[in-house]
Amino acid sequence: MIITHLKPEEEVARSLDGVRALFIVGCGLCATSCQTGGEKEVSAWTEKLRARGLTVTGSVICDSPCDERLVKRDFAANKAAIAAADALLVLACGVGVQVSADVAEKRAVPALNTSALAKIQRIGVNQEYCRQCGDCVLADTAGICPVTRCAKGLRNGPCGGAHDGKCEVETDRDCAWQLILKRLTPADKERLLALRPPRDHRKQGQKP
Amino acid sequence: MKLTDLAKSGKPLLTAEIFPPKGTNLARVLAKAKLLSPAIAAFNITDSQRAVMRLSALAISKVLRDAGYLPIYQLTCRDRNRIALQSDLLGAAALGIENVLLLSGDHPKHGDHPEAKPVFDLDAAHLLDVARGLMAGKDMQGNALDGRPDFCLGAVVNPTAEPMEHQLFMLRKKVMLGAEYFQTQVIYDVAVYRQFLAGVAALKLPAMPLVLPSVLLLKSAKMAERMAQVPGIRIPESVVARMQGAADPLAEGQKICAELIDELLGLAPGAHIMAINCEELIPDILARCKKL
Repeated sequence: MIITHLKPEEEVARSLDGVRALFIVGCGLCATSCQTGGEKEVSAWTEKLRARGLTVTGSVICDSPCDERLVKRDFAANKAAIAAADALLVLACGVGVQVSADVAEKRAVPALNTSALAKIQRIGVNQEYCRQCGDCVLADTAGICPVTRCAKGLRNGPCGGAHDGKCEVETDRDCAWQLILKRLTPADKERLLALRPPRDHRKQGQKP
Repeated sequence: MKLTDLAKSGKPLLTAEIFPPKGTNLARVLAKAKLLSPAIAAFNITDSQRAVMRLSALAISKVLRDAGYLPIYQLTCRDRNRIALQSDLLGAAALGIENVLLLSGDHPKHGDHPEAKPVFDLDAAHLLDVARGLMAGKDMQGNALDGRPDFCLGAVVNPTAEPMEHQLFMLRKKVMLGAEYFQTQVIYDVAVYRQFLAGVAALKLPAMPLVLPSVLLLKSAKMAERMAQVPGIRIPESVVARMQGAADPLAEGQKICAELIDELLGLAPGAHIMAINCEELIPDILARCKKL
């Protein structure tokens, strides 16, 4: 799940300088699950913008605002309302904002901050699990990602600062390396004595 | 002179830490080195420790070397990518620095620039391997070097971290990557350190690294209580109680420090002594040690 958080209303308002009419785009996937870009939040923003004297020409909750094909389909069904707007207010991750801007060829203002690719534990409680490094090491690390879940992204073992099994940096988080070493078999641990090479940063965001 | 060669003299090898200043004034650094030398054989120059920005450790290492002292240049992975790390290691070698202590480094989150990008392009294990590669005349990409460094490679280990088994794993890995000496996290519990040494012996390493346990002067009861909360540091309740009950806590702290050094010198070839901003007390502490 891509984790998003609502930006403060005043910050969004500052980005709307010169805008009079807006079309609102929500997200039917991640931002709905995060309760940041679903039906409820789109209506709340409609009210907020109207209260600020702005016109809301319409809204749509895209099935998947990160999929250009679906956005084209959803925007085509709202052609007139989008044409009447000076800008889009997008309640989706950074991908959704950019796809919306590309498809509508209009200024798109983000209403959310995008923070992580994470596991959702319960509403509002999530933990980042993947940094999309493009070179997955989970086979060697007992299914626990040290790139993401170790605060320093250490690839070769623990730092020695953990306290009662918790990370010295993110004290509410388990030390990833303690979890890894606990879960590994003695034979797997022996293999981990060999140096795990540094990350190849070219792989992040790269095509396969 | 390499630290490992210095240890061969048979005399207890004492090192201390020198924090570079926040600013360009080198007077205190030079005064400290003068005060502590020759009892302290080598000075560890920290690399913006606790992620608090300070003058470059490489610059101070050079200054101390020129003044006739033996610096141990600390280099962390926190602020530099692999290009900068290799570049600084070559720079250190060209400036005549032979002892380096390579570590991952403290995360910037709890430093004085918490918004900084935590680089960690490499970790301490990688950095040891990279330094070893440079010593063999190759950069990380296998490109040949014109002139190669000859370092004594140091690393850190925390004997009091739980579980100890994980730290022994890291020590073993770092030795395999070329670490010749280790500086430990602060030790207040000699029994735990003894267990750690037994653990190291059980690893049956082809060559035993030089391990220097660290001691840190307790300056007040409050500091002792705070240390008990620091991740990775174990301090016995009896030590905290002594500090709390002392009429003169600083004097008691010096006494505890001297006792610890004496006990540790029974187990180790030397010690690393820290007395944050009270380095002028180190000669007094050393004078109390029976083993020196």
